[in-house]
Amino acid sequence: MAVPAGSATNPSQPVKAAPWKDPHAKAYVQIDRVTKSFGDFKAVDDISLKIYKGEIFCLLGASGCGKTTLLRMLGGFETPSSGKIFIDGEDMTGVPPYERPVNMMFQSYALFPHMSVEQNVAFGLKQDRVPKAEIKERVASMLELVKLSDFAMRKPHQLSGGQRQRVALARALVKRPKLLLLDEPLGALDKKLRERTQFELISIQDKLGVTFVVVTHDQEEAMTLASRIGVMNHGEIVQAGTPSEIYEFPSSKFVADFIGSVNIFEGKLIEDEPEYVRIGSEELGGTIYVSHGISAAPEATVWAAVRPEKVFMSTAPPEGPDNVVRGAVQDIAYLGDLSIYLVKLPTGKIVRVTQPNTSRHAEAITWEQQVYLSWDATSPVVVTR
Amino acid sequence: MRRAPWSQRFGLNGRGLVVLLPYLWLLLFFVVPFVIVLKISFADIDLAIPPYTSLFQWDEKNVLSIKLNFNNYVFLFTNELYFKALLNSLKVALISTLFCLLIGYPMAYGIARAKPATRNLLLLLVILPFWTSLLLRVYAWIGLLKANGVINNILMALGLIHEPLAMLYTPFAMYVGIVYSYLPFLILPLYANLEKMDWQLLEAAEDLGCRPWQAFYKITLPLSRNGILAGSMLVFIPAVGEFVIPALLGGPNALMIGRILWDEFFSNRAWPVASAVAILLLLLLVPFMMWYQSIQARESAGAK
Repeated sequence: MAVPAGSATNPSQPVKAAPWKDPHAKAYVQIDRVTKSFGDFKAVDDISLKIYKGEIFCLLGASGCGKTTLLRMLGGFETPSSGKIFIDGEDMTGVPPYERPVNMMFQSYALFPHMSVEQNVAFGLKQDRVPKAEIKERVASMLELVKLSDFAMRKPHQLSGGQRQRVALARALVKRPKLLLLDEPLGALDKKLRERTQFELISIQDKLGVTFVVVTHDQEEAMTLASRIGVMNHGEIVQAGTPSEIYEFPSSKFVADFIGSVNIFEGKLIEDEPEYVRIGSEELGGTIYVSHGISAAPEATVWAAVRPEKVFMSTAPPEGPDNVVRGAVQDIAYLGDLSIYLVKLPTGKIVRVTQPNTSRHAEAITWEQQVYLSWDATSPVVVTR
Repeated sequence: MRRAPWSQRFGLNGRGLVVLLPYLWLLLFFVVPFVIVLKISFADIDLAIPPYTSLFQWDEKNVLSIKLNFNNYVFLFTNELYFKALLNSLKVALISTLFCLLIGYPMAYGIARAKPATRNLLLLLVILPFWTSLLLRVYAWIGLLKANGVINNILMALGLIHEPLAMLYTPFAMYVGIVYSYLPFLILPLYANLEKMDWQLLEAAEDLGCRPWQAFYKITLPLSRNGILAGSMLVFIPAVGEFVIPALLGGPNALMIGRILWDEFFSNRAWPVASAVAILLLLLLVPFMMWYQSIQARESAGAK
């Protein structure tokens, strides 16, 4: 019997500009007040989340934050203690892994060692009793997609780490799941390979239009891959947003600190106007002027977060009384494309500054040198927790 | 020129000595006895001590004559008792191995999947019977199985049966004894194999559409093949020559090759025939042992 070639493939559907901003957009995956307890310990604590079709959603957090547990609940390997999960409108409560329209790429890849690459990829289709000819064709095209056609007959132990990763991806994708779960997909690869594979993953996702949920502890990986990131801590999603939202507008000290490096100054609001605030910080030994209003109680303790690349360093005093501080260079790390300076303030606080090495013969700032640090009034992010 | 110490001149050093020891052991306790048995199997029965003729004759004309008597082997091949006993032994060993597998696989699997703390306890329980002599444990089974034994008494007290079941001195009792005694030999290698298993593979199989029993059949079972084979060999090989358990539990009709061997040696004092039986049995089991060795080699090489 002839099988219509590739008739059932999903037409590639790019993510709409930002479905999460549209209140009428239908969530593809809906996590509704899900909690998972192990004894007294709440691994996942009352999480609600909507993921939209075609997204790459990254769950980002340190180990033990509950991100893997949440992923495993999506896959059906753990049962929520309370709450519900809907995938494409269907309630997944009580649906075992083998009946979910979901596939998972395991951190260890979990390739079947007694089967060849081809048999591994064909495994899920055989299980679904897909006709032989169609299996052959789908496996072949999937192996081509992940550039493993020449390795079809190899056993997993005859492959490199990167090749195994691609077999695992092919095996999970060949079933055309509605949702692909990836547990630390690039964790076992070295840095160069990881960067290349990140872009491959994005292009494959783009071609197939499958929705991805990725778990990672690597913020760089999350920033590169994700359409949105959910930052997790202690079983909760502390902030969800696009990579730039998370980086530029962190909602809490934790998020600011977790994503990239940041200088955080504790202080008290001394002027609180709708269009600006001024913060007095003992830690800084000066005042911080921010060119937008915030919502906080007067006299409240707040934290101003300034990214190292947004701090200017100069030997001559800059203008103005605000957002300026003097310190001594304590340490310099030369990274080639940029340099990291650790500047010690008179208060004892160490401020991290990065500067791009734009000139090959810049007048070098050296150790022990007295410098002025300053930043724009738009740079600090003020958080209240 | 300084002379090397004597040990080095003979190619011996610390490492050489360590390697030499097991070979010495094998020579002393395997090769030498084997050669003696082989020698006796070519002798003739004799009313003497020891009760067989010598192969080597040194006569007064200084002629060494070697007399090899092949009649023992001819006798074995022409008398169908031995063939039947051998066949029966193979049958008993095979059935016992299958039962060991049926009981031992779930046990090994359960131990391998238990929490590490429980696992050690369970392993200890498997090994525990070795702390008592095999003979004592077989006698304990007599106490359990006999007409007024523990099992019959309990069943009668419960009113399930009205007269004792005849269990002792039946093939059933013999199989119970063999399966019980050899079970640990199957569980331990199988456990060692299953313990190395990556259980995430089962989740992956379920994720790809397998029900749990399908995942077991398609993933766990093929991956534990080497453990199954190794464990089965460890039961099968000694069970073929098993003598004590059939003699004590199986009753007079249990025709086993080990039993025949015993009878030839001690009742008939036919050492040459008994030796020939032993040699043939050994030759029969050598292929199985070699197979077991190759499985072990594969297992330690880690290739699957």
